Amino acid sequence: MSDLVLPEALRGVEPVRSIRTPARLEYTFTAGQATSRFLRGISRKKILGERCGVCGKVILPPRGSCPNDGVPTSEQVELPDRGIVTTFCVVNVKFSGSAMELPYVCATVVPDGSDMGLFGMVQEIPFDQIRMGMRVEAVWVDDDDLTHDLASIKWWRPTGEPDADYESYREHV
Amino acid sequence: MSEAEILSAPLVLEYPFKRTVGPVQSAFLTGLREGMVLGVRAEDGRVLCPPVEYDPVTSAELTELVELPATGRVTTWSWEPAPRAGQPLDHPFAWALVQIDGADTGLLHALDAGSPDEVTTGMRVRVRWNDEREGAITDIACFEPAGDEEGGQ
Repeated sequence: MSDLVLPEALRGVEPVRSIRTPARLEYTFTAGQATSRFLRGISRKKILGERCGVCGKVILPPRGSCPNDGVPTSEQVELPDRGIVTTFCVVNVKFSGSAMELPYVCATVVPDGSDMGLFGMVQEIPFDQIRMGMRVEAVWVDDDDLTHDLASIKWWRPTGEPDADYESYREHV
Repeated sequence: MSEAEILSAPLVLEYPFKRTVGPVQSAFLTGLREGMVLGVRAEDGRVLCPPVEYDPVTSAELTELVELPATGRVTTWSWEPAPRAGQPLDHPFAWALVQIDGADTGLLHALDAGSPDEVTTGMRVRVRWNDEREGAITDIACFEPAGDEEGGQ
């Protein structure tokens, strides 16, 4: 550090070392037609994707169009609430507002029949046993607590089925 | 609710950032906490306030901090008719670039002037200190008109 020349009055006082610079953004989030359909499904414990009429892929969560082909999606597809962990990370850093006990695992889960994954947490298994290809199923909140929010899926838990072969999901990693 | 209705909901994104400030900002903020405005002397002799760590012309490391008065003049300004949460004042005010007396550059802050009719480029202003200071730019609550005072260049 440089040798600062300070005014007399500041020599020997405890220096400021850091500042807080919080950023806060307040929105009204408007879901749009496709996401509204999806969230309405979630509130009924249904996972709804939408199929592209050109490439045939199932987009999840649906945005009303195919990101590959740029065309409106043509068909709604009800997906099962079980699938495969394709990627995950172990979270070791607490952030404000989170009540989660550390460490915990966030993962991308691709439901069977979907070509894209949902972001969620994996629980009911020690964090260091979670792996790519693991078969999981959704754990929903109580029916009274279901709402238009992906948080209606509390987390995903292992089904105990054999892991999926890497080749079967490598396209989704 | 109809099936066709578009859903919407409030969403708040908040990041509780904290960062270290480096030696020169540290001195500046420590000065504010102690009720003192500091500038830094550049290689060409100009005084920069707020102070910077490196010379904007030569990139040399700057080390000579200079105590300045808590008065200055407005070099440019813009009226804020509808302050948002977290801004320096909860009633309409001016965002002003204040050239502190003895400095050659401007410090951006709020000016509590009542109405835009009361603000002019070149007007005299002084620091209104916060009663509780912690080493942050908010230790200056705002600037206020000081038309009654002599001073400046």
